[in-house]
Amino acid sequence: MLSFVAQRVVKGVIVLLAIVVLNFFLIRLAPGDPAVVMAGEAGASDQVFVQQLREKFGLDKPLPEQLFIYVKGIATLDLGFSFRQQAPVSKLILERLPATLLLTLTAFAISLALGVLFGTFAARFAGTFLDTAITIFALIFYAMPIFWVALMGILLFSVAVDWLPSFGYETVGANLTGLAHLIDVAKHLIMPAMTLGLFFMATYTRMTRASMLEVKRLDFVKTARAKGLPDAVIQRRHVLRNALLPVVTLAGVHAGTLIGGAVITETVFAWPGIGRLMYDALLQRDYNLLLGVFVTCSVMVLIFNLITDLVYRLVDPRIEFAA
Amino acid sequence: MSKRVLLGLLLACGLTASALAQEPKMGGTINAVIQPEPPGLMLAMVQNGPVQMVSGNIFEGLLRYSPKLEPVPELAESWSVSEDAKTYTFKLRKGVTWHDGKPFTAADVLFSVEMLKQTHARARNNLAQVDKVEAPDDYTVVFTLKQPFGPFLGIFEVGSMPMVPKHLYDGTDWKTNPYNNAPVGTGPFMFKEWQKGSFIRLVKNPNYYEKGKPYLDEIYWQIIPDAAARSVAYETGKVDVLPGGSVENFDVPRLSKLKDTCVTGAGWEFFSPLAWLWLNNRQGPLADKRVRQAIMYAIDRDFAKDVIWNGLGKVATGPSASTIKYYTDDVPKYPYDPAKAKALLKEAGYKGEKIRILPLAYGETWQRWGEAVKQNLMDVGMNIETIATDVAGGNQKIGDWDYDIAFTYLYQYGDPALGVGRNYVSSAIAKGQVFNNVEGYSNPEIDKLFADGAVATPDSKRKEIYEKAQKILVEDVPVAWMLELQFPTIMRCKVKNLITTGIGVNDGFKDAWLDK
Repeated sequence: MLSFVAQRVVKGVIVLLAIVVLNFFLIRLAPGDPAVVMAGEAGASDQVFVQQLREKFGLDKPLPEQLFIYVKGIATLDLGFSFRQQAPVSKLILERLPATLLLTLTAFAISLALGVLFGTFAARFAGTFLDTAITIFALIFYAMPIFWVALMGILLFSVAVDWLPSFGYETVGANLTGLAHLIDVAKHLIMPAMTLGLFFMATYTRMTRASMLEVKRLDFVKTARAKGLPDAVIQRRHVLRNALLPVVTLAGVHAGTLIGGAVITETVFAWPGIGRLMYDALLQRDYNLLLGVFVTCSVMVLIFNLITDLVYRLVDPRIEFAA
Repeated sequence: MSKRVLLGLLLACGLTASALAQEPKMGGTINAVIQPEPPGLMLAMVQNGPVQMVSGNIFEGLLRYSPKLEPVPELAESWSVSEDAKTYTFKLRKGVTWHDGKPFTAADVLFSVEMLKQTHARARNNLAQVDKVEAPDDYTVVFTLKQPFGPFLGIFEVGSMPMVPKHLYDGTDWKTNPYNNAPVGTGPFMFKEWQKGSFIRLVKNPNYYEKGKPYLDEIYWQIIPDAAARSVAYETGKVDVLPGGSVENFDVPRLSKLKDTCVTGAGWEFFSPLAWLWLNNRQGPLADKRVRQAIMYAIDRDFAKDVIWNGLGKVATGPSASTIKYYTDDVPKYPYDPAKAKALLKEAGYKGEKIRILPLAYGETWQRWGEAVKQNLMDVGMNIETIATDVAGGNQKIGDWDYDIAFTYLYQYGDPALGVGRNYVSSAIAKGQVFNNVEGYSNPEIDKLFADGAVATPDSKRKEIYEKAQKILVEDVPVAWMLELQFPTIMRCKVKNLITTGIGVNDGFKDAWLDK
């Protein structure tokens, strides 16, 4: 197992390097110059000022040199400096990390739990009214654009009945502590987490249902029935466990992307996470910050892929670690 | 809401004497929206709209400007100008301290001037005529100019020339100075806390030099990135102030009708945002003056004002907004006249060549305006293609002169020498940059008029020069002027005296109070 992990880590580093180089050039391919953006916002855009900013950003150096400096920095875990925000990139990302993880992990848990639950029910009662109802419910949230669901949620729960706050991470200026603070954050979390969670739920529901129906037809399930095992035990121990493999794969892919936040959800609900940081960095062509977010996300995807591979082993003992 | 109702609200709730007549009450918190989140708060280092809106409370300039753009004392309590208009002497207010308790003196002014010349492009341009700055004593500063510079008294507001604490910046690396993230100024409010992505909190400066002020205990600037969510935040009572431009224009009438809501268009006189279409004078059909004039006739600007901007603002008559100095409306007029536009296009020999138009990526209102203008131009037979970009991409295209028509709006800073000339003189043609003469208009007569206007004395001479320049420009149509924009500030009526100067919400909340 150790050599399996070691091999995957080496591969991961190579992939990461490729991602950095690719993103580095990709970002610079987009039209727009951070110096011009900043000069424009300053209400003055003369040659001297723009040149000064380019020098400050290190944008006056040849591209390969800029790349070399960047890669060298990453090797020492230095993601560079955001001149736009006048702060180290790693600090900016770490500041936003807790909020992002809180939102995306909650949404992830909601989508996975509800998805597997609904999928199991749908498969168990395949072809009945319950199956159709679950499918329609799941697809509705999958088909509706997130920003629309978010705005409708705000209209209903914030404007009409005033149960939930419409924006932010906590009540600004309330200075709550302890349990009161936790409840406050939870109230702020409900709408964004549900919006995001319901969207991803559909995929898990559909996948669990399809996979379970497939496994149900297999011989070992028949054998289990012939043995006279109760239906609940067959569903849980034989069908569901085997049916979960594709769900775990998908969850692994999703989990890796969680760190990137959810740009739309974070924007509509003013949730102070990484998704918004990335979006602003993109609009302002804050190259270092944008690259920093990309690198962090890539690392997370790589890590979660590794974890997924390990979880496979637990879910399905037939899979061996091939080094 | 009808225009009349909106106008009524403006009149009823604007800077009315009734608010001034009441005795201000102490205490309370204002929650205001800031959009987008500022990149920093050190006004001397970063200068864009949101930075000044928040930092205008922390930092101060030597002067403020009234809605009529007359200088008002701030850190300078009086000033005098020599006979030859080359020496300006400012007497500084005594007893002013920085937020850390150190006294504010003439040495800080001298240091600020030197620092801003390196970090603040607009200040550097404004100070280009300054020969030397001296401090004969701790409370006197003397600026000596190389030659008279008409708009000189107009360059001292907080955004144009914020005062920086010498004792915290002198001899340090300005870019990485820790006080950039916890700014120290002389203003009525002090920086307290900034939770990135959520809010910025300012608290009352208890040692403020104007006794009794500020009235408020604290200000929370809430960061809400989505325009619809900002509207909801106001509707649900989570914020009290939506500074101009915080919400989409089509939400303004709805929000204005809410209970206890007041709206004012005041506070933009100094900036006087003027919207126009950049027309690339270099190439294709737009190189012909008649085609540019046809564009002026083809666009229904009253429609844009009434429908897209909800009746707010004013149809522009030329390169100067009516709120800045030396404005004249005695210029050629371009009323909405599609027939005339068609005739001019025919006369110019326009044969349906494709013309690319770049709308401004500042949200829905601008997008709709882009569509309306496209429709107007297509109605007179022009072949228009819309190019969609984000702000940075659009700026690049404009700076590289890779466009035909492009939307923009720019501040005018009260004087044609500060905010108008930069768009028309040929010395401001520089590829790779925006917000200068990107249309490529070049007219030696205009160059001379703007050069003379900046240094002419007395005022009547400047007036004559700028009026002449406006006439020539309007005849030549280097760009197509659209509207003098008005960004309405929406607030709870209990917020009093929020806007008292021509710089508006960007000038600090030192006079604001809550009628609880």
